Amino acid sequence: MAQYTTHEFDVLVVGAGGAGLRAAIESAALGAKTAVVMKSLLGKAHTVMAEGGAAAALQNADDRDSWQTHFRDTMKGGKQLNFYRMAELHAKEAPDRIRELEEWGAVFDRTPNGLINQRNFGGHTYPRLAHVGDRTGLEMIRTLQDKVVHMAAEIFMEMTITHLLKNGNRIAGALAYSRVTGEFHLFKAKAIVLATGGGGKAFAITSNSWEYSGDGQALAWRSCAELLDMEFVQFHPTGMVWPLSVRGTLVTEGVRGEGGVLLNKDGRRFMFDYIPEAFRNDVAATEEEANQWVAEVAVGKRATVRRPPELLTRDVVARSIRAEVQAGRGSPHGGAFLDIASRRTAADIQRKLPSMYHQFKQLANVDITKEAMEVGPTCHYMMGGIRVEAETAMSTLPGLFAAGEVAAGLHGANRLGGNSLSDLLVFGRRAGWGRPSTRRRNPRFQPDQQEIEKAIADNLACFARKGGENPYTVHRELQDMMQDNVGIVRTESELKHALAKLDEFEKRVANLSVDGARAYNPGWNLAMDLRSMVVTSRAIAMAALERKESRGGHSRIDYPDYDKNFANVNHILSNKDGVMTLRAEPLPKVSDDLKQYVEEA
Amino acid sequence: MSRTVKMKVYRGEQNVGQFHEYDVSIDDGMVVLDVIHRIQATEAPDLACRWNCKAGKCGSCSAEVNGKPSLMCMTRMDTLPQDKIITVEPLKAFPHVRDLVTDVSWNYTVNKKIRPFKPRPKAADGTHRMYQYEVDRVQEFRKCIECYLCQNVCHALRNHGKHEEFAGPRFLARLASLEMHPLDSDDRIPFIKEGGGVGFCNITKCCTEVCPEHIHITDNAIIPLKERVADRYYDPIQMLFRVLTGNK
Ligand SMILES: Cc1cc2nc3c(=O)[nH]c(=O)nc-3n(C[C@H](O)[C@H](O)[C@H](O)COP(=O)(O)OP(=O)(O)OC[C@H]3O[C@@H](n4cnc5c(N)ncnc54)[C@H](O)[C@@H]3O)c2cc1C
Ligand code: SF4
Ligand code: SF4
Ligand code: FES
Repeated sequence: MAQYTTHEFDVLVVGAGGAGLRAAIESAALGAKTAVVMKSLLGKAHTVMAEGGAAAALQNADDRDSWQTHFRDTMKGGKQLNFYRMAELHAKEAPDRIRELEEWGAVFDRTPNGLINQRNFGGHTYPRLAHVGDRTGLEMIRTLQDKVVHMAAEIFMEMTITHLLKNGNRIAGALAYSRVTGEFHLFKAKAIVLATGGGGKAFAITSNSWEYSGDGQALAWRSCAELLDMEFVQFHPTGMVWPLSVRGTLVTEGVRGEGGVLLNKDGRRFMFDYIPEAFRNDVAATEEEANQWVAEVAVGKRATVRRPPELLTRDVVARSIRAEVQAGRGSPHGGAFLDIASRRTAADIQRKLPSMYHQFKQLANVDITKEAMEVGPTCHYMMGGIRVEAETAMSTLPGLFAAGEVAAGLHGANRLGGNSLSDLLVFGRRAGWGRPSTRRRNPRFQPDQQEIEKAIADNLACFARKGGENPYTVHRELQDMMQDNVGIVRTESELKHALAKLDEFEKRVANLSVDGARAYNPGWNLAMDLRSMVVTSRAIAMAALERKESRGGHSRIDYPDYDKNFANVNHILSNKDGVMTLRAEPLPKVSDDLKQYVEEA
Repeated sequence: MSRTVKMKVYRGEQNVGQFHEYDVSIDDGMVVLDVIHRIQATEAPDLACRWNCKAGKCGSCSAEVNGKPSLMCMTRMDTLPQDKIITVEPLKAFPHVRDLVTDVSWNYTVNKKIRPFKPRPKAADGTHRMYQYEVDRVQEFRKCIECYLCQNVCHALRNHGKHEEFAGPRFLARLASLEMHPLDSDDRIPFIKEGGGVGFCNITKCCTEVCPEHIHITDNAIIPLKERVADRYYDPIQMLFRVLTGNK
């Protein structure tokens, strides 16, 4: 019989980014016996990398802002495909969640009258992002981390959940292995909160770390919870393109928020050429107007004119850069120039964007106070994920909850920058409530013993197998395949090719061989993560094939425009006896009181 | 342009191990972490190291490169001497786990001993007003990415093993961030003296030199904390009296 250590909890939180930590704080505060499990060390989750800020209509930097405007911007940015109820709760609750962080010790940048300062970001009508220079995520995760360690929550670091375990149609626990020792751990729990983040590591050019293998999406799908909107992957317009080894590393949108402009190799400010009709009235019509806007916000004034087109939503900017490069007007290494040096003083740049300054100085030998950066699109965020109920964050599987990037619905077809950090807080907290009934009255369910044994055998098979492929090779090829066929622009033939390839990858991943022992073995860890990547990649490709239109993060060369037939449907992926199936479902109708804030999509 | 470099990487478990040599072909702009990844992908799939952000933001990839405590992801290969073999080994001040990975859990234990932030009540209008000039110095300390490079070089820990009595530069900086936080209302001086052991620091500034976030740990955090402890425990009126009367 397989060896493992058993733990019993009321709530098991998987993931220690903003969403997981916020859920754990809530759950522990409500008296539930809580565990938090994470693949890395505490404080190292993706959230730590977030730069620009967290969006909330605090009205500190511009009192014209309101939750209604935030709601409207979120829906517009998401091309009206968002679950409106999530967008509503998010817009209403974000300000309190940010102020709560301050109450817990976070030190945001200040306005001249001593309040939390807010900066401009793409798609947000008013300066809305609470921030700390360009290291907002660090401030957030540290605050939550220092809070959670004083609560009744047990922390399990460097431990990976590989299987969710059920009892009938209810969640009963999860199996994990310790990355440090290689030993197995069984967590029995009444409720599980997945807060595992995204899956960008399935793409070759990405801002995401090794942790982002889409584990949560795959775990949920395997346990027969539904996934939603998986075709919508956000390619952030500005990743580094040079040197090659840092290709994909993020350049915060804050650079544009602080006035940075995009130029092609001829020095043309090309974003003026790509303003979509629907946004025509939201952005400056001339360079003069755009420059005036920068001049005003740089000195902390309320803007009286419209914002520069560089601050259009990310999908638009990413496609525009790609189009310039395709037209032969790209920068030397195949991107666009992002220039802040000629817009702001060196002192301003170093104060507002210190980590960008260091990142370019150290990694690319570029002084951004003197020269332009070279940037291009990078796979950044998954709008799609586990389908959840807005109020409770529960998935379609009883007892399984999801919050943060792993959950879907809030962002629709495209996420606005800054809406993720606030999402983590709002829905992390809600997921932490659990359903009171799942915590108190219900007994803990016993996971099926055979399932446990099988899970452990699954995890160990690659050690015994000889002559199989090396996980690093398979990963590299999967990334290239996804980048080429399911990337920033898509076509039917490429997507079909990708799905056929994914059948092969599934077999290859089931046939990997791993060298060495179980203790701290990254080759083995990657082999485990690849199983998730294949599931998540398939969900993306399937949904992308089905959506025969272009909208937000999903662009089809063969269907370049919006299509009314797809304007009101979400794609839902489910598990029918181990086979992934897709169906379209009509969006919930926006409630009457909110109708005035949404537009025709 | 690619060239081949010779790397010596420490491999083994719990301090039982040795350097392994690898010849790696590298490209322009690569950092040490890229080279480690290339070794994993080609020759040693089980080579253990930590990393996450690859951009100097998470503090996971700390190691000693040519004997110098560094973030592997921010150390460009072209900044290292090209005529010598490059060595990469784990941090020395923490128990060894495997290859480049060490057990840093002691740091989490110390952090937990620090009492949580305790804000003063909100103002009548429901806000917490703080001005940028008041928070600048606190924000400096809060830039810390917990890479523990400073803990690794501090001789009080590395050579004298004062782990029980001394929190180390990282957590003195954290204590300073609470002590100087305009809203914090807790009295932290006794802990800074006793639990934090600020007296064990003798201002060598080695911590400041290695900090990748360029936090002035010694000058801006530790020295002011020492002064606050001195103010509290060495009553100035008594001291004045002693000076005036010549009584020891
Ligand atoms: C460079 C960068 C900059 C960004 N900037 C911004 C910004 O300015 N504003 C904004 O709003 N958003 C930003 N984002 C997006 C935002 O940071 C992320 O979407 C968000 O932090 C995700 O948080 P999370 O809590 O969902 O998950 P994460 O913070 O990613 O945490 C996931 C956790 O799950 C754990 N985990 C995963 N799988 C498993 C498993 N199988 N078993 C156990 N644990 C597991 C991981 O170890 C980790 O602890 C940025 C993203 C990047 C990459
Ligand atoms: S200055 Fe103090 S804390 Fe820093 S390394 Fe020297 S003794 Fe240690
Ligand atoms: S203070 Fe500097 S060196 Fe020390 S852990 Fe923090 S970032 Fe690293
Ligand atoms: S990998 Fe994050 S600091 Fe090096």
